[in-house]
Amino acid sequence: MKFEAKTKATTKIPTASMPDIIFMLLIFFMVTTVLRTYEGLNVFLPQARKIERLETKRHVSYIFLSKDGLISIDDKIIAMENVKHIMYEKRVADPQLTASLKADKNVQMRLINNLHMELREADALKLNYSSKPAP
Amino acid sequence: MKKRVKPGEIPTASMADIAFLLLIFFLVTTTIDMDKGLGQVLPPKGEQMEVPKKNLSNLLINARGEVLMDNEPVQIRDLRRRVQEKLAANDLLIFSVKTHPRTKYQSYINVLDALKQAKATRISIAEPD
Repeated sequence: MKFEAKTKATTKIPTASMPDIIFMLLIFFMVTTVLRTYEGLNVFLPQARKIERLETKRHVSYIFLSKDGLISIDDKIIAMENVKHIMYEKRVADPQLTASLKADKNVQMRLINNLHMELREADALKLNYSSKPAP
Repeated sequence: MKKRVKPGEIPTASMADIAFLLLIFFLVTTTIDMDKGLGQVLPPKGEQMEVPKKNLSNLLINARGEVLMDNEPVQIRDLRRRVQEKLAANDLLIFSVKTHPRTKYQSYINVLDALKQAKATRISIAEPD
């Protein structure tokens, strides 16, 4: 007795929609990638153990503070007394703003304290002291 | 004369390959490592809070990075344990960190790190004199 295949199922996987699927993945990654990262200043970050990661990159504004006392926000060198104006504008544009302070480990606290005052005046109260994991 | 008609089709077989290549490029160039650091919320400007003295612990850091906790010198490595002891005795304790203008940022971060490691949540940054 001879058996005959009842179904005529082919073993081919349809690949016609493959480019569409991949393009969708591609577009997803393109949209979620944040490309804008600022060069900033050359700083050696301090080291700490109990570090936590920032939840998102979208609501973060970086403030660089080099050991010479230069302040850079969005790749522009800014005087200390102008920080509040810029941070205030940023804060108005994005209420969820977190300021990530990338300060050199040898910076004197005088500058950090001044920066605290500026940020408080700008009402940008969420601050993150960017640091490296300690060995 | 014979007119040659070219087939007007674009080959789509390699489309998937091209899309894969782009996909892999974006996957590779996406920076996954997020920014890490110590979080701190600054007090709003002009806010003055009266804190009972028993709920306040003063931490002073001098220009050489030496720490004085409630008028007792403390080594950085012992700070975490000492803070934990103090918190166990009084969990409403607020730690007020005060620095000398010439204190190095790293010393300040070390103290803040020790406080965070001891799970101190009420940290205040004292205004410099």
